[in-house]
Amino acid sequence: MQSIICSHHLCLAPPPTVLCNRLLCHRVPSIRLTNHRSATTSLRLFTCAAASKKSEIMAAAKEDGQDPRIPKIASSIRVIPDFPKPGIMFQDITTLLLDTEAFKDTIDIFVERYKGKGISVVAGVEARGFIFGPPIALAIGAKFVPMRKPKKLPGKVISEEYSLEYGTDKIEMHVGAVEPGERAIIIDDLIATGGTLAAAIRLLERVGVKIVECACVIELPELKGREKLGDAPLFILVTSDAA
Amino acid sequence: MFAVENGLQGDPRLQAISDAIRVIPHFPKTGIMFQDITTLLLDPVAFKHVVDIFVDRYKHMNISLVAGVEARGFIFGPPIALAIGAKFIPLRKPGKLPGKVISEEYELEYGNDRLEMSMEAVKSQERALVIDDLVATGGTLSASINLLERAGAEVVECACVVGLPKFKGQCKLKGKPLYVLVEPSQLEEITF
Repeated sequence: MQSIICSHHLCLAPPPTVLCNRLLCHRVPSIRLTNHRSATTSLRLFTCAAASKKSEIMAAAKEDGQDPRIPKIASSIRVIPDFPKPGIMFQDITTLLLDTEAFKDTIDIFVERYKGKGISVVAGVEARGFIFGPPIALAIGAKFVPMRKPKKLPGKVISEEYSLEYGTDKIEMHVGAVEPGERAIIIDDLIATGGTLAAAIRLLERVGVKIVECACVIELPELKGREKLGDAPLFILVTSDAA
Repeated sequence: MFAVENGLQGDPRLQAISDAIRVIPHFPKTGIMFQDITTLLLDPVAFKHVVDIFVDRYKHMNISLVAGVEARGFIFGPPIALAIGAKFIPLRKPGKLPGKVISEEYELEYGNDRLEMSMEAVKSQERALVIDDLVATGGTLSASINLLERAGAEVVECACVVGLPKFKGQCKLKGKPLYVLVEPSQLEEITF
């Protein structure tokens, strides 16, 4: 397959990759838009290597079931190469937060999904989960429970260890924040290896809470984080390459 | 300035907010009566009161930027930003923000710390609000004001849920007004 560097042009090519009648960009990085609500095929979009660092995604065509708000959300996320270290393509949601419409749409999509489902707990993982979790919690009338790095929470805590690439880390939750039988969603901006989310699930399940779903804005599917979540479903808005 | 000094005297929401904040003695060290807002977040009605009071105050002030200080400012800032149609900018500990950042050092009781902001987040002349859960010395808020002003924004006000009583009246931080909902809660007596 020929790689042609285009200028800010994106094509829509379902897998396996087929040259369409538009210019095909060099596939670095690619952002796939998915809508897990329906069982539609994911649309593979390619971003241009010569484009600015901000990913520009425009769906060439809408498939049935694709939430029309998602392309704008995806395109508002900036990809920063080699941060925090070489080889990592960092998914920067701070640009999404600067786009008032995209941020509102992000929250609205989650709220529409979780309202009226008897969810009484929204657990958010420090720190970017603190940005998305509270607006959702407020809109659906649920508690917001912060899940934090060690020694940040002042009261009595329970903690759960998880693996990092080198070594381990821990997340903590206040004792008494949740009660057995409550129904919860867990929010973070992104799922990569799934280690943090898996630890959050274990923490809540240890105290008898039912995890209805894990929800993230972005998934890096190559890192197979989904596999660590056990029975807990995962809902995401946008997928991207890890490196 | 406290909310009670500015039209909310007797507003039952303020009592509900105050009651929902838990006091943890001697955290993070002996002598500090820590104001734990996590219990406020467990009370959806009281949490909503906080957001509603701030939104009512700021929705007509033409604010286009809400800057929240990591990490508890991330909890209160976004709901306000969303409701008033403003951008949300996280002000973070060093090394967390990708891309080009500016940083501002500030004093702790022992030593210094630094706060960073994305250089590209702010357009000149934008009107900004800074939000954090609590103001004690004002060091973090002052650093936040500096960051925003260096980037060309105009800081309209700093807003906190809890503030020490010294911030009553026309107390200003680096010339900017401060708006606080409640004073620190007291440790409840245990009754049997």
